[in-house]
Amino acid sequence: MTTDSIPVQATDARPKTARKTSKAAPSGARRRQLFRHPGAGRQHHAGPVAYILLGLAALVSLFPLYWTMVAASTDNTRVTQTPPPFLPGPHLLENLGKAWQDAALGKAMLNSLIVAGAIALSTVLFATLAGFAFAKLRFKGRNILLMLVIGTMMVPPQLGVVPLFMMMTELGWGQKLPAVIFPTLVSAVGVFFMRQYLSEALPDELVEAGRVDGAHSLRIFWSIVLPIARPPMAVLFMITFVHAWNDFFWPFIVLDMTNPTVPVALTQLSAGYVRDQSLIMAGALLGTLPLLALFVVFGRQIVGGIMQGAVKG
Amino acid sequence: MAIPTSTPPDTAPGIGAERQRRRTLLHRLDVRGAPYAFVAPFFIVFAAFSFYPLIYTSWISLHRVELSTLNLMEWVGFDNYTALWDDDRFWNALLNTFTIGVLSTVPQLLMALGLAHLLNYRLRGSTFFRVAALTPYATSVGAAALVFTMLFERDFGMINWVLSLFGVDNIDWENNKWAAQTAISSIVIWRWTGYNALLYLAAMQAIPRDRYEAAAIDGASRWQQFLKVTVPGIRSTIVFTIVLSTIGATQLFGEPLIFGQGPNGITGGADNQYQTLGLLLYEEGWKNYQMGRAATVAWAMFLLLILVFVVQRIVQRITTRRA
Repeated sequence: MTTDSIPVQATDARPKTARKTSKAAPSGARRRQLFRHPGAGRQHHAGPVAYILLGLAALVSLFPLYWTMVAASTDNTRVTQTPPPFLPGPHLLENLGKAWQDAALGKAMLNSLIVAGAIALSTVLFATLAGFAFAKLRFKGRNILLMLVIGTMMVPPQLGVVPLFMMMTELGWGQKLPAVIFPTLVSAVGVFFMRQYLSEALPDELVEAGRVDGAHSLRIFWSIVLPIARPPMAVLFMITFVHAWNDFFWPFIVLDMTNPTVPVALTQLSAGYVRDQSLIMAGALLGTLPLLALFVVFGRQIVGGIMQGAVKG
Repeated sequence: MAIPTSTPPDTAPGIGAERQRRRTLLHRLDVRGAPYAFVAPFFIVFAAFSFYPLIYTSWISLHRVELSTLNLMEWVGFDNYTALWDDDRFWNALLNTFTIGVLSTVPQLLMALGLAHLLNYRLRGSTFFRVAALTPYATSVGAAALVFTMLFERDFGMINWVLSLFGVDNIDWENNKWAAQTAISSIVIWRWTGYNALLYLAAMQAIPRDRYEAAAIDGASRWQQFLKVTVPGIRSTIVFTIVLSTIGATQLFGEPLIFGQGPNGITGGADNQYQTLGLLLYEEGWKNYQMGRAATVAWAMFLLLILVFVVQRIVQRITTRRA
């Protein structure tokens, strides 16, 4: 009997894995159902070993950030001694203030806020529009276009930097923020994410009812789709914001130190202009704080979003 | 004359019908056209800022273009490619990209798998552990690399201090080639392990529970269950993360740049000991002002990626056939 059960299990499993590959991320609704269902996939209570290992993992994850704060709160002499400091010193605010000035972080913060905010807003808007069309509207070439969207994930945009740089210089956008914003206004993963969500969460009948009432597509989008899509839109916004805030290669190439984003400004700290190690750490801490704050408040939602497939490679 | 006289009687009762017709026409246009309008922004932006530059890169790579005079493109055929082929720095960068790629990707994904397995237990404080695992992902390359550079500092760095407790002499993490590559890989591992673990965890939670029960009935140990049920169950996610990490590894730039602390960053250390292809691209274009050469490096990176994927597909096909 037991030997029989294995092939049955295997054939049973096949359609499920096939479904998984065709729809890489099951929709949010279904996923959440799975999370809520006690014990779906979860087998055992964690033993003490598991807790110890997880505690270690959390320590390794968080320690560098804690130590950044420690180093930023001491002074250069203390940081460069062994054993290294493990407890915070008295100079945190002073160092933060100095680093703020030395790395011109004020401007960089504002720039990063504008860049990440604009990119996240437009990504969410266009992803929801396209996701709605792919999920609920019928049109010729829909499947091919959707395949194309997925295919574009395989193209790393970094490889086009040379022509992109020439293009931006021509447009007069060199060293300006639009040069960083425009190339990342959309995200294939965002489109796919919204499509997956809407195809499950938005009932066809609602769209049909809107049509019967004589609403045009944009109207349907505005009054029916948007209210339903709000939760995944918020998640997509946050994840896109994190990515845009941390993006480095292209901003580093096209911006300069007179008008940097935060990661670009931080390179100035490493370039040897600042000799004081605790100041360097203070700068690193400042550059990370906004996102850490976002994580403290919305960490749970961001984790949920990533697990639902809101990945932006 | 005939037209105005014949039209008034036609339009007067026809106004309603005309409007009706226009409305149905608009409705038709809306139903037909709106979907294309909705997906258009994505394709327009992608075409303009990703696809076109990618293709145009190959054209530029056949020219001599200098950073100061971007409008002047002098046709040189495949000169840039032969020059790159004969350039030791290219092979060095290629090899470094590969070794750092392996050093950072393999442990990262294995550890992510283990971490996801742990997170999949029924846990107290599971949200805390998940968020903690993801926190490094919120740290920008810039900040992470700065912190790790300090932790790996030769004379007073935390890591050498810890090693000294075990009697290990101070390691010169910047100038020793393998030490430097290990240090750079550790930045990548630190930032991305938790992220990949969450992707695995999501996939693990979608595995039906009865498969574990069936395996348990068959007497499979927990380790066997992990190998025979969990890993096959999240196969497509594993492939996905391998693809993502490979793309990330071939593009590696910020970590080695900042680890090199400025002047040495672009060349990847004094002896190019950790110069990646991304750094070489930047050095050719924005330090040596040779945009044509930079485009050649970019195109070489693209070809490399395609090669990697072809190999990966073949390996995948062989392993699935065997399985």
